[in-house]
This record gives sequence, C-alpha cells and structure tokens, in this order.
Amino acid sequence: MKHEDNALSNREEALLRYVDDRLDADGRATVERWLRDNPDDLLRAHDWRTHTNALHHHYGVLERSEIPTRLLHPINRAPRYGMRIAAGLACVAIGAAAGFYAARTSSEAAAQMASLPRDAAVAHAIYVPEVRHPVEVGADQEAHLVAWLSKRLGAKVNAPQLTPLGFNLVGGRLLPSETGPVAQFMYQDGHGQRLTLYVRTNADGVSETSFRFVQEGKVGVFYWLDDKLGYALSGEVDRNTLLEVARQVYQQLNP
Amino acid sequence: MASKQDIVAEIPRLRRYARALTGDLARADDLVQDTLERALSKWSLWRPGNLRAWLLTIMHNVFVNQWRAAAPLDFPGDDALAEFATRGDQEDTLALRDLDRALQRLSDEHREVLLLVGLESLSYDEVAKVLGVPIGTVMSRLFRARERLRALLGGATPSHLKVVK
Repeated sequence: MKHEDNALSNREEALLRYVDDRLDADGRATVERWLRDNPDDLLRAHDWRTHTNALHHHYGVLERSEIPTRLLHPINRAPRYGMRIAAGLACVAIGAAAGFYAARTSSEAAAQMASLPRDAAVAHAIYVPEVRHPVEVGADQEAHLVAWLSKRLGAKVNAPQLTPLGFNLVGGRLLPSETGPVAQFMYQDGHGQRLTLYVRTNADGVSETSFRFVQEGKVGVFYWLDDKLGYALSGEVDRNTLLEVARQVYQQLNP
Repeated sequence: MASKQDIVAEIPRLRRYARALTGDLARADDLVQDTLERALSKWSLWRPGNLRAWLLTIMHNVFVNQWRAAAPLDFPGDDALAEFATRGDQEDTLALRDLDRALQRLSDEHREVLLLVGLESLSYDEVAKVLGVPIGTVMSRLFRARERLRALLGGATPSHLKVVK
C-alpha cells in the first residue's frame, strides 16, 4: 500500500469530519475540547477551513456565469424518440428544397456536397449578427482554437490569415451537422462586415472539386472539397470580393 | 427519471470543478464537453439516483484516461476566469493564481479528493464511489492533500510549525 493511503488516526479523521461539518453535536464538542488544548490542530483546522472557503470564493463564479453554447451542443443534438427519423426527413426536405433530388440517388458524397453551401449559409446567418457571442473561442486564443477544432473534426484544420485582404480573425466555434462536427471561423473587416469559413469533414468518394458558387438569399457562398475536408466561405459581399478571399483561403491551405 | 434539462442544470457546477481540476478554463470546457458526450452516449444506462455523482464519475474516468497524460500547463490559471468575477480586483486575481498554482502542484489523486469534498461538498462515501476507491483512502488522501496545500500556501501557520516536505 502506498504511503499516502495509510489509515489515519482517530484524531486526524475526527479533525477532517469537524472541518467538513460531518459530526453530530457530541462529536463536535469532543473535537472542540481537544482543540482548546492543542493549538497545532486548531491552526490546522483554521487553515483547512480558510482554504475551503477560498475554493468557493475563486471558482464559485463559474457556477453563476453563462454556459458556453458549445457545451449545450452535445445535449441538443442527442437523439430522442423519433428524432433520428425527423432529422432524416429534414435532410430530405433540405435536399428537395435545394433541388438536389439527383444527389440523393447518385451518391452519399454528392448529397453531402449539396448540403454544404446550404448548411454553411444557415450557420453564417445565425452567428454573424451576434454581438456578444459571435464565436466560442476568440482569435486571442488562436492556437487553442485550431487545436481544439482539429481534435473535434479529427482532421487538421487551420484558420487562414486574411489580414492582407482587410479581414481579421474574430475566432471560431464548433457546430453540429448531419455529417458530424463542423468548424466555423469568423472574420471581420474594419466596417464590421463579416465572413465565415465553414469547414467539415468530407465523405469518401470526392477528393477535390473546383470552386462553386451559390447565392442563398442575401448570403453568397463559395464552396469546394479538398481531400478530407469540405470548405464553404460565406458573406454578404459582392461575388468578386468573396471569390478573391476564397482564392486566398485555398492558396493558404494548399501552399 | 432525469431529463436532459437536468444535465444542463449540472453544467455550471461541472465547469467549476473542471476549472479547479485542470487550472485552465479552455481545458475545463474541453473536459466538460467530453464528459457530456460520454454521459449522453451512456444515457440509456443511467438509473435514478444521484445525477451529479454519476456525471462526476464519468468526468473522473475521462480525466484519468484522457487528461492525465496531457502535458502540464506552462502558465496555469492565466485565463479568463478573473474576468468573470465582477469583484475581481488585482489582489483577487493574484490570489486565484496562487491557488491555481498550489492546486496544480498536488498530485491528481489529491487534487480530485480535495475538490470533490471541499468544492463540491460530496460526502466521503460519495467521493469513494466517484473515484472507485475505499473510503479510508479518500480520507487519508484528503488529509495529505490539505496538509500539502497548507504547506504550499502558508496560511496562518507560524513558520516553525509548517509541514516540512
């Protein structure tokens, strides 16, 4: 048995129970009598209490602070009765709305390719207007952000550097999708115009595609597949500006 | 039967514990996220009882299996926690840093027991179940952990009475 696991004396055990308030009145009185004549143990009990209070004082703020949205995702996307069926139907509905009947019947990869710009545009529209919580992890923690998203996607992802084009990294977040976890990076220029880069793992079958463009309402999306990952760059900017940024992203990811 | 909303209600306390355990908020949230995903994958195995203890048991297993191997932080405690504290003045931030450093210098076994009892207010018996060790081990680890923390933080102990390590 390791030294640290050696049994405690009755005195030591009673002292712990006393500090943690796990004694009845008789037990407390016994310990208090002992402490009157034993200043070392009195100091010990005092310090233990002080340190316990310090734990509550310093870490207790987290009990009252807002829960990051990424911690709610595992719960919100967990299946309940019929949820998988509903999700399946939703998938079909989106495919149909986007006019991709053919994709469903041809191949899984094609279906995923089809949903990529649509999903990216929806995620763009949801998070871009956020003022207080546009991202889960800010650009000030870029190394952690990239490591975290790479871990969750199971593939190396990078946040391209778009500062030369006037867009600075705001940060990123993790999102759920039908095909698994998705990374979203957000960029912003000096006028508050935001772009998002949506990155998800790519199904087998299609290794690379050219840039494709689709307009989803106000949001323009350039998207492409590249080896293991699918990318979609979304923004409410003119097509040429978006294309220039998309090219920059592609070049940086394929040096 | 607990619902998923009951799990959501436990998240703030899981974060608090994970933050004290890992010494860093980003790491803590990763640990909480892994714990929640594992809990939901095992949700059908959950039986009415103490939901918090069940979640802490899962977190302990995730921590032991995935996190202990992780490299220690270069600068523990240097995160956004202080920003959350509206009362967080300079002195408070420094005290938090001292506490973080001292906790990170405890062994993982000692830190877990100290926090489960001191911060999470679990009974010794519950801690024994969460960690899967006998209650006598819980109590001896708790005693050693508190003495070590005292030695690291000083406290009110006169110097000639300090625990020598």
